[in-house]
Amino acid sequence: MNKVKSIEDLKRIREEALKKRDAKTLSGQKQIIVGMGTVGIAAGARDTLKAILNFIENEKLSDIVVRQTGNIGWDSHEPIVQVIIGEVEKVTYGKVTPEIAVKILKEHVVGGKIVKEYVIEA
Amino acid sequence: MKAYRSMVLISSDPISMQQGAQQVFDLLQSKIRSFGLEEEVSLSMVGDVGRHDVAPIVIVYPEAVIYGPVKPDSVHQLVEEHLYKGRIIPEMVASVRELSGRIAWLQARKGTLPAEKRIVLERAGIIDPTSIEDYILHDGYTALAKTLEMKPAEVIELITKSGLRGRGGAGFPTGTKWGFVARAPGTPKYVICNADESEPGTFKDRVIIEGDPHSIIEAMAIAAYAIGASEGYVYVRGEYALAQERLRLAIQQAEEMGFLGDRIFGTDFSFHIHIHSGAGAYICGEETALIESIEGKRGEPRSRPPYPTTHGLWGKPTLVNNVETLANIPAIMRHGADWYRSIGTPSSPGTKCYTILGNVNVTGIIEVPMGITLREVIAIYGKGMKNGSGFKMAQTGGSSGSVIPASLQDTPMDFDSFSKAGVSLGSGALLICDEDTCSVDLAKVLLNFFRKESCGKCNPCRIGTQRAYEILTNISEGTGTQQDIADLMTLSENMNLLSNCGLGQTAGTPLHDILSHFRAEVDAHINLKVCPSGICPMSGRRI
Ligand SMILES: Cc1cc2nc3c(=O)[nH]c(=O)nc-3n(C[C@H](O)[C@H](O)[C@H](O)COP(=O)(O)O)c2cc1C
Ligand code: SF4
Repeated sequence: MNKVKSIEDLKRIREEALKKRDAKTLSGQKQIIVGMGTVGIAAGARDTLKAILNFIENEKLSDIVVRQTGNIGWDSHEPIVQVIIGEVEKVTYGKVTPEIAVKILKEHVVGGKIVKEYVIEA
Repeated sequence: MKAYRSMVLISSDPISMQQGAQQVFDLLQSKIRSFGLEEEVSLSMVGDVGRHDVAPIVIVYPEAVIYGPVKPDSVHQLVEEHLYKGRIIPEMVASVRELSGRIAWLQARKGTLPAEKRIVLERAGIIDPTSIEDYILHDGYTALAKTLEMKPAEVIELITKSGLRGRGGAGFPTGTKWGFVARAPGTPKYVICNADESEPGTFKDRVIIEGDPHSIIEAMAIAAYAIGASEGYVYVRGEYALAQERLRLAIQQAEEMGFLGDRIFGTDFSFHIHIHSGAGAYICGEETALIESIEGKRGEPRSRPPYPTTHGLWGKPTLVNNVETLANIPAIMRHGADWYRSIGTPSSPGTKCYTILGNVNVTGIIEVPMGITLREVIAIYGKGMKNGSGFKMAQTGGSSGSVIPASLQDTPMDFDSFSKAGVSLGSGALLICDEDTCSVDLAKVLLNFFRKESCGKCNPCRIGTQRAYEILTNISEGTGTQQDIADLMTLSENMNLLSNCGLGQTAGTPLHDILSHFRAEVDAHINLKVCPSGICPMSGRRI
C-alpha cells in the first residue's frame, strides 16, 4: 500500500472508501456484524460467527458481508449480532446462539422478516 | 443508545406505584407514540427520586422540570403541551416547598441530558477494529493531519483550553502535563499510554482498545508531536490478549500507510510505537512502577519528585496518559476546545466512561457527560436495583475509591463536586451495593486485595494493609473491640500520610468511609456480635 504523504492523500483514500461503502448500500447489500470484544467472545461469539459463516457457505448465499466489531456496550446481551440490509436501519439482536443465528439468517437475511423475539432496543 | 431530544423519568418507588405510577407510565408511553415522538423522547422508570409527598413524580429533561403528583388524566396535557409543543405547564409543576428536599439536586441538571454521549466510544462497536480503512472512513487520522499543520505549542494550548483532565485516576489537567514534558530539558522524550487497567471491575480501556485501536495510535502520535517525542510505548495489561493483538495489527497497518514511522505525512515528524505487556501486578498501573517495569526492573514505584514529566523512562522526560484520556484527543483536535467545553460541567468538560457493577439489573459500560448523578446512573442505565432491593452504598473509582452512602447519590459526578464531597472519581468503576451487602465484609475484601497487591517497598503500606485486614477479620468473626476501631482509624490515617505511592496513600480511603458512614453496623459486629446482613462468619475466632 502506498504511504499517505499529505492530507490530500488521506482525503482521497477516505473518498474511495466512502464510494465503496455507498456502492454496497445502494446495491441493497446485506451485512452481518458480529460483536467480537472479550465479553462477546466469552459469551460464545466465535461459535455464533462460525455458525453464520457455515450457513452462508452451505446454502451458497452470495452478496453477504460478514464483519466483526468491538464491544458496543450491552454486555448483558452478548453475543450481539447486527443485520443491515441496504439502506434500512440496522437491527440489533442479543444473546444470539448458533441456533438463533441460523434462524436470523433464514428468516431475516434471506426471508426479509425481522425475528422480533431476539431484537434488543436501546 | 440513541440520542434523544428529551428524557422523561417517572418515579417508581412503592409509594409512587401505589399512587398509580405504572398507569402514568403506560399512558405516557401510548401518548408519546400517538404524537409520533417515540424517536425523540425516551421514557424510563427510575425508582425512588427522593420525595414521596408529591408522588408519582415525572421529571422532564433537559429542562429538569419536576411535575408531581401526576394523575393519569393529566398525562395527555403533559405530552401535548410540554413534549409536543415545548411549553412547561406551571400548574402541574411540583411546588417549590415540597422540592426543597432531596430532589433539589435536579436544579443543577438544567439544560443537560443524562443521556449517553459517546466521544471515546464513538466508533467502538461500529467499525471493524481490524480495518484501518474503516477507521479512515470514520474521520480517522484527520486529527493527526490537522495537528501536523499546527505548531506544537498551539496543540498544547488547544488541549489545555479544552479543559481535558486525566481519566486514569487523579484527574490532572492533560494540557498542563503536556506542557511540562514539552518544556522539560533532555532528549529523547517518550509518550506512554497506560493501558494496564488493573483496577478490579474496570474494563473501559479494554473496550476502547479492542473496539477502536487506531484512535489510541492517532492520539499518541498527536501527543508525541506536541511534546517532541519520537518513541512511544503502550503498556497493556497482560490478560488483555485480544487488545494486544488488535493493537499490534493496528500499529502494523498504520506503519504501512505512513501514519507511524519516519516522515509522517511527508513532514519531518517521526514516531514509533512499541507494545509492552504487563505481568499481572496491580501496582504496575502506577506510572513510576510502570516505567520501572518497561525498563525491565521489578515494578516498584519510585520516590517522587522528580516526576516522570522530567525524569521518566530511562530518566528522560516522559508523558504518561491513560487510554481514555488519549481517546478524547483526536475528537478535540477535530472539533475544537469550545465544542469539548460544551459537554459535561465547567470544571470537568467532556464525558466519562463508567463501568457499572454490583446489585443492579443491568451492568456494563456507559459513556455519559460529566456531572451525571449516581441516582441517574442506577435508575437509567442500571435499570434499578436488582430484585427491588434498596440502595445501600456505592464504591466509586475502584478498589481504593470512596464508599459513599445513599445520601451522596445526588452529587454530580465530576472532579470538583466529588472532591468537595470528599469522594474520588478514580477510574470510573461504580460498584453498586444493595442492603444485603455488609460494609465490614466489603472493607475486608478490599483490604485483602491491598495487602496482596502492596509491592512491599515501604512499611506503612506493607504492614498497614496486613494489620488492617487482620483487625477487620476479627471484627467479622465477632471478636473485635472498640479499640480495634480506633486502631483502624489510626492505620488508615498513617497509611495515607506516610506511604510512598498512591496505593498505600488511598488503601485506607474505603476503610475510613465505612467507619464514618456505617459506624452503627460496625458497632453491631463488635458490641452485639451480630452481622446485621448475615454475611460475616461470626465464629468467635481471633487472629
Ligand atoms: C496503585 C495505582 C494504580 C494505578 N493504576 C492505573 C491504571 O491501571 N491505569 C491508569 O491509567 N492509571 C493508573 N494509575 C494512575 C497513574 O499513576 C497515572 O496517574 C495515570 O496513568 C496518568 O494518566 P492520566 O493523566 O491520563 O490520568 C494508578 C495509580 C496508582 C497509585
Ligand atoms: S505505598 Fe505500598 S505499593 Fe506504594 S510503594 Fe509503598 S509498599 Fe509499594
